[in-house]
Amino acid sequence: MQVIAEYGTLFLILAAVFGLFMAWGIGANDVANAMATSVGSKALTIKQAIIIAAVFEFAGAILAGGQVTKTIRKGIVDVEALSGSPELLLYGMLASLLAAGCWLLLASSKGWPVSTTHSIVGAIVGFSMVGIGMDAVHWGKVGSIVMSWVVSPVMAGVIAFFLFKSVQVLILDKKDPIANAKRYVPFYIFLVGFIISLVTLLKGLKHVGLHMSTAESYTIAVAMGIVIAVIGIWAINRIKIDPTEDRDFHYTNVEKIFAVLMVVTSCAMAFAHGSNDVANAIGPVAAIVSIVTSGGEVASKSALSLWVLMLGGVGIVAGLVMYGKRVIATVGNKITELTPSRGFAATLAAATTVVLASGTGLPISTTHTLVGAVLGVGMARGLAALNLTVIRNIFMSWVITLPAGGILAIVFFYILKSIFS
Amino acid sequence: MSVGDYLSGIFGNSPVKPMQQHMEKVFACVSELTPLFEGVIANDMKKVAKVQKAIATLEGEADDLKKQIRLQLPSGMFMPVSRRDLLEILTMQDMIANTAKDIAGTIIGRKMTLPDKIAKDYLAFVQRCIDACGQAQVAINELDELVETGFRGHEVKIVKKIISKLDKIEGNTDKLQVKIRQKLFDIEKDLPPVDVMFLYKIIDLTGDVADRSQKVGSRLQLLLAR
Repeated sequence: MQVIAEYGTLFLILAAVFGLFMAWGIGANDVANAMATSVGSKALTIKQAIIIAAVFEFAGAILAGGQVTKTIRKGIVDVEALSGSPELLLYGMLASLLAAGCWLLLASSKGWPVSTTHSIVGAIVGFSMVGIGMDAVHWGKVGSIVMSWVVSPVMAGVIAFFLFKSVQVLILDKKDPIANAKRYVPFYIFLVGFIISLVTLLKGLKHVGLHMSTAESYTIAVAMGIVIAVIGIWAINRIKIDPTEDRDFHYTNVEKIFAVLMVVTSCAMAFAHGSNDVANAIGPVAAIVSIVTSGGEVASKSALSLWVLMLGGVGIVAGLVMYGKRVIATVGNKITELTPSRGFAATLAAATTVVLASGTGLPISTTHTLVGAVLGVGMARGLAALNLTVIRNIFMSWVITLPAGGILAIVFFYILKSIFS
Repeated sequence: MSVGDYLSGIFGNSPVKPMQQHMEKVFACVSELTPLFEGVIANDMKKVAKVQKAIATLEGEADDLKKQIRLQLPSGMFMPVSRRDLLEILTMQDMIANTAKDIAGTIIGRKMTLPDKIAKDYLAFVQRCIDACGQAQVAINELDELVETGFRGHEVKIVKKIISKLDKIEGNTDKLQVKIRQKLFDIEKDLPPVDVMFLYKIIDLTGDVADRSQKVGSRLQLLLAR
């Protein structure tokens, strides 16, 4: 208690700095995967992608980032058990931020495939297991989080499979794919707007002070879908169909129409990513802030301050603007196989899955979900060649990152503890 | 500092474009058969030697492409078509170029000439065999569209049409081949016997160009049949 009164401001500043740094890292690296699909499919230029990502990542973080933040903050550790010694939770959360940050820095400099989500979850579980005790971990919750890491890529894959199948049946297999694309693409656009707004409205907006009934949510979601679809129709009608371009490759013009859809799904993906990944950076910050501001109460009832979410949003956007351009370009150049018709199916499937997870408060890996979605499109015979060794890398990331984050967090936890007491 | 390498890592190199480039090379190689036989008929050994070299070079380039494609298709590769079928098509394509090289090699090795009586028919026959190879190339050029549609629907019909045209061309070459053999049979007693033996062999090999082109088409059909 004394420690908190004495060093409260210091803890706050440290937490804010570490959190900002983590958010910066997410913006610099992870966002690239969310946006590279649209850059790779040439639906967007890099500049446009950065602007879209900045706006929608921020919106996602603020509007729908609350649930996952709550999970990171108090879903994994049993905070009630710590009401007697809140400073332990403080050290732990600080240590987790540090651990995840260091691990990400090390791993990315070595080019290892890691996930921010796994690092932070591993770190929190690690410090609470060793620093506090086995009972301090909500194993049920941790179990469901781990399950969601397996379920989310599979679910995204299944959705992507059926989305792409529907595109094949409705558009690509037809005699006049251009006319059919013009007819059906607005419906897909509606679907994007509807699903994303619905999940956000149903699950996410309470902390912003908006309380809506289910019926209201549905009405607004339908309205959102229609508005976006109308904008989409306008954009599609502006596309110039150039028959000479179809001589070499019959689907050039069809892909142009899908590019409009791809832009919309990219927005959805950026939003989804912001809503899920911001928590990795600011979940621990939120925990520290609530302890310090309440003067040492573990206060699991206190609401999430909006400024903490803002902090995460700003960090992500800063990282994206300062560093993301290069990463998006690199990844985008490597995935040109993903034409707009495939890119949309993969991205929408991933975005839907991630937003659902965000609504439920499950921290999942956006990149893994996207990989699952891409495989789904491949299963529908939609992609020329997929390298399945990547799946092994994903498992490696689970097996290595979790303990690495955990061990580093334990080390930092004991260092912090010995410094301050 | 790029964390997200799995997203880009999952995209393998598409074999479609290289397959098409290989087929292009094969067609370029086979197309040299016309100048080759023109040289043979004109008894222009210099020209024949030059064309033979060109054929050998093109065949070598096709071989290199083939090896590259094989190397970029490790067994962990997941594709909309079976890896085995694709590699078999590649082998078939390569065999067409090999046949052209065999023809040129045999002609140069035996300093062969064509009897005037079959010369005109022979050029028509060669042209038709080259057409078959060209049609096989047209079919292979549809591979990217097939991938785009996921091997379904309207595009499949288009490819089936292309393949049935290829079959027709091949049937045509068979008839031409029979006709040439007939004519050769009529005059064979006036020619040196060993030369005649090799003439029959060249006729067979030329026919093989069309046969093997057709096989590329039928392999492609197997991809559609699933």
